[in-house]
Amino acid sequence: MFEKMRVKTKVIDSGKSGLDTQTLEVNVGPQHPSTHGVFRMTIVLDGEVVKSLRPVMGYLHRNHEQIAENITYSASMPYTDRLDYFNSMSNNQAWAMTVEQLAEVEIPDRAEYIRVIMSELTRLVNHVSVIGFLLNDMGAFFTPTLFAFREREKVLDVFEAVSGSRMMCNYLRFGGVNRDLTDDQLGQIKKIVADFPAFLDEFETLLAQNEIVCMRCQNVGVLPAELAINASITGPMLRASGVNYDIRKVDQYSVYDRFEFKIPLGEKGDVYDRYYVRMLEMRESLKILNQALEQIEPGPFMAPKVPACLKNPRNFKPPVGEAYGRVEAPKGELGFYVVSDGSKEPWRYHVRAPSFINLTVLEAMCIGYKLADAIVILGSIDIVLGEVDR
Amino acid sequence: MFFGLGILRGMNITLMNFIRSYTRKRGSGEIGALTTVQYPEERLPEKEKFRNFPFLIYDDKPEDLRCVACDICAQDCPPRCIYIVKETDEAGKPMKKPAVFDIDFTVCMNCGICEEVCPFDAIFMDHEFEIADSDRHDKLLYHRDDLLKTNEHFHKIRPNDGREVDTRLAEAKEAKAKKDEARKKAAEAKAAAKAKAEAEKATEAKEDKPPETEKESDPQ
Repeated sequence: MFEKMRVKTKVIDSGKSGLDTQTLEVNVGPQHPSTHGVFRMTIVLDGEVVKSLRPVMGYLHRNHEQIAENITYSASMPYTDRLDYFNSMSNNQAWAMTVEQLAEVEIPDRAEYIRVIMSELTRLVNHVSVIGFLLNDMGAFFTPTLFAFREREKVLDVFEAVSGSRMMCNYLRFGGVNRDLTDDQLGQIKKIVADFPAFLDEFETLLAQNEIVCMRCQNVGVLPAELAINASITGPMLRASGVNYDIRKVDQYSVYDRFEFKIPLGEKGDVYDRYYVRMLEMRESLKILNQALEQIEPGPFMAPKVPACLKNPRNFKPPVGEAYGRVEAPKGELGFYVVSDGSKEPWRYHVRAPSFINLTVLEAMCIGYKLADAIVILGSIDIVLGEVDR
Repeated sequence: MFFGLGILRGMNITLMNFIRSYTRKRGSGEIGALTTVQYPEERLPEKEKFRNFPFLIYDDKPEDLRCVACDICAQDCPPRCIYIVKETDEAGKPMKKPAVFDIDFTVCMNCGICEEVCPFDAIFMDHEFEIADSDRHDKLLYHRDDLLKTNEHFHKIRPNDGREVDTRLAEAKEAKAKKDEARKKAAEAKAAAKAKAEAEKATEAKEDKPPETEKESDPQ
């Protein structure tokens, strides 16, 4: 096994071009900083050009789905935090929405607004970090990442004050949220939202016009719209290819129908478009946040009938049936499919993880580009291995 | 526009940030101000809702902790890291007290569900996070006595929650006392009614039969 992990050379094809060339099979990862976790790519190279690429997953497999089938519905909530550990709030929202659909629970308005505010804040956090990491992969070592993390930390401070934990929030409950937002915390969020555009302007000046960034990103890793649709790619990656599909607009779940915002689209579907769509999406998120913070009104943050079940989760037994709930998570469509047999535990539980499905087109995007481009293309997909391997 | 202008503009941002990191006050929240905290010497203020590992709460003496070993937290714990055994008295009857209350901190995922489901306000999440140890099998398995902490400690780390829980408990106690009193009164009234009825019965019997005392008083 250890031998296999190491970079090895193997003669596969030689003498085709008349020159004495040979292809190399290179293993990138699983312990490699540019693979964003324990992810391995087996790349066949001809010179520096990628001939074929095989993603190898499963190093972080934690049996998430099987665990969830053996614990109560509400006990799955902290486990969903650990799927995409950058966006625990939107993971919580997807799971809560699925179970609410199954049990037909009505959610009070304030709770919906809090959920929207939290999931848009996670979108900011995710997109600034992924842009930072993309630049890391390109060799701008940690300056952009730390600028991004400085802003991210402010949002995580709010998460900690509200939910008790910076990243593993476990904040949402079926029928509402765990605890109310105080006026103090709302003020804190308002300040973050007011300060963020200045940071975004700065961040854009730092990168968007940078010649090296443009040369490395433009016309690299092009994903045609047809292929993106066929491979059921979702999220910013799909929109960078020019397909107008955003679940916030399509489903209009939660209270998203009350806000005015646009869906930024790319043209070519290259790495640069994927970077720039995320940049624009953050600005749209700020618009949503501003409107939500204006519209939020005091009121109950929990559906009146549910708390009794939550105090004793083993009494929470949704009716027999199935449900599929989905949200527009920062990485794409995050869906939970759950089948209930009327007992306290789900009979079947499945996660549609956007990172995993977006990863399937990696080979198609990388072939013909250089090894260094493959790293950048992987960075632009925005994967989190907690969600890929589950 | 010439080649390299974008790079120079970007460099300018980096330079501005470098300068601002000196001119703006650290931790002020302004753009460009440093946010790093020199950890072991300096610490961020703790947030009240911050949660880490659970502890068991007691009011006056460590012997009478609030936990009644009902096993609810152990069964609802997502990673099942709590293990409880009830204490038994001499006759072997289970008592409302844990003899064993173990939490494996290597398994605990700090979700706070035990605190949420506890109907007796007996378990809460602590702020203690510096618990690293080189021995993960023995030292990080916390037993009942390691987990015990006072109510004052709870008030210190979470003043608002502490007040809320105390008022709730006091109200519950008062309600229980009222209920007990009402029950006592009802029992007394019942007993009085019974006694009265018996007395009436006895007087009726007295009228029917000759009093027994007279019988007994007859020696031979």
